[in-house]
Amino acid sequence: MYHFNFQPIFDNLDMLLHGAWLTVRLSLMAMVLGLVVSVLGAVAKTSGIRPLRWLVDVYVEVIRNTPFLIQIFFIFFGLPAIGIAMSPNTAALVALVVNVGAYGTEIIRAGIESIPQGQIEAGRALALSPVQILRHVVLKPAMRNIYPALTSQFIYLMLTSSVVSVISANDLASAGADLNAKTFASFEVYLVLTVMYFLLAAGFSAVFAMIRRVAFSYPASR
Amino acid sequence: MIRVFSTADVIFIVMAVRWTLILSAIAFAGGALGGMAIALARTSQRKALRQFAAGFIQVFQGTPLLMQLFLVYFGLAVVGLPINPLLAAAVALTLHASAYLGEIWRGSIEAVPSGQTEAATALSLGYADRMRHVILPQAMRVATAPTVGFLVQLIKGTSLASIIGFTELTRAGQIVNNATFKPFLVFGTVAILYFALCWPLSLLARRMETRMRRAITR
Repeated sequence: MYHFNFQPIFDNLDMLLHGAWLTVRLSLMAMVLGLVVSVLGAVAKTSGIRPLRWLVDVYVEVIRNTPFLIQIFFIFFGLPAIGIAMSPNTAALVALVVNVGAYGTEIIRAGIESIPQGQIEAGRALALSPVQILRHVVLKPAMRNIYPALTSQFIYLMLTSSVVSVISANDLASAGADLNAKTFASFEVYLVLTVMYFLLAAGFSAVFAMIRRVAFSYPASR
Repeated sequence: MIRVFSTADVIFIVMAVRWTLILSAIAFAGGALGGMAIALARTSQRKALRQFAAGFIQVFQGTPLLMQLFLVYFGLAVVGLPINPLLAAAVALTLHASAYLGEIWRGSIEAVPSGQTEAATALSLGYADRMRHVILPQAMRVATAPTVGFLVQLIKGTSLASIIGFTELTRAGQIVNNATFKPFLVFGTVAILYFALCWPLSLLARRMETRMRRAITR
């Protein structure tokens, strides 16, 4: 008969809470930097410059069709062989940014392409400046289409980030692994970790839904 | 002892693709059964069934696959089974696939116009006949592209089984890397193999989706 023992976990809850904070910070940083990569990627993809488009295509396809675990191994263990060495925490951030950048590129490209050409022409007919057209005719409606996809991508990124524990980068899953080594209450540790990730995901989902109601109350582009 | 990265190592890595495919096939087969049950429960008339299925999907889509693997792996001991990486990975990935496929197929079932259900009911078809002959055949056409797309996610997901000690493609790469210490070459090779498995499926999914969309907007 298995004997459950949650006591050591509650004694070390501060360790896990700190880990949860590290996961949130890492995910937010990766998302912000990943968005920069995504916007650049989407702009390059919708530009007329063929080699640039091809390069972004290769990047997006390679990242989307290989496991994140292999990407992080390649960045952390493989790159030092060609003289690019980094700490586990840096490697974790770089791997997450590279990963989310590929997915984000596609999301933002689809968002930009969802704006009908006629809308832009109508903006010109109304003598709006190119900046005004970009802001009011393209970006605002596009944002509305992009937002739900980006927020679910963020949740997915946060869950994926648990994999950075395999190179001992600092996050919630690593804190759990340390606690597991300390207490040997493996099942209990991972049960509590799973619940914590679930609460993080549910919390962010709720916040994103609230922001959506406030920020995107204007009508969709048709 | 560090040895050179030889043909034997490449063969060892390539042979490990077998286990990645076997694990993916087991999880996909199990996930198809589980996913069907979840999708039917999610679209059923009974509120309790709908709520259970919604909860199941939420839990498995709202927690990391890595944690799911660890929980099942250490959970085997809790229910008195011997610790076995293949069994743990198969069970965890099956549950994971059940949730994702259940959600995909729920959407496909709901995409079938409600007039179809009403017409079938008017013809006095029971639930089983209605599903089997009217709803599911139509839902299947909508479901194919995203199902193939999920298969890519699943194959990538099997790489995490290496962390609980199951020797598939990723772990074979780690083993060779520990012996040869050529991480750039080894993980590059592993990445190429994953890409060779996943990319054709991604292209297929995209092609199917375009064809579906054209069929709908005709």
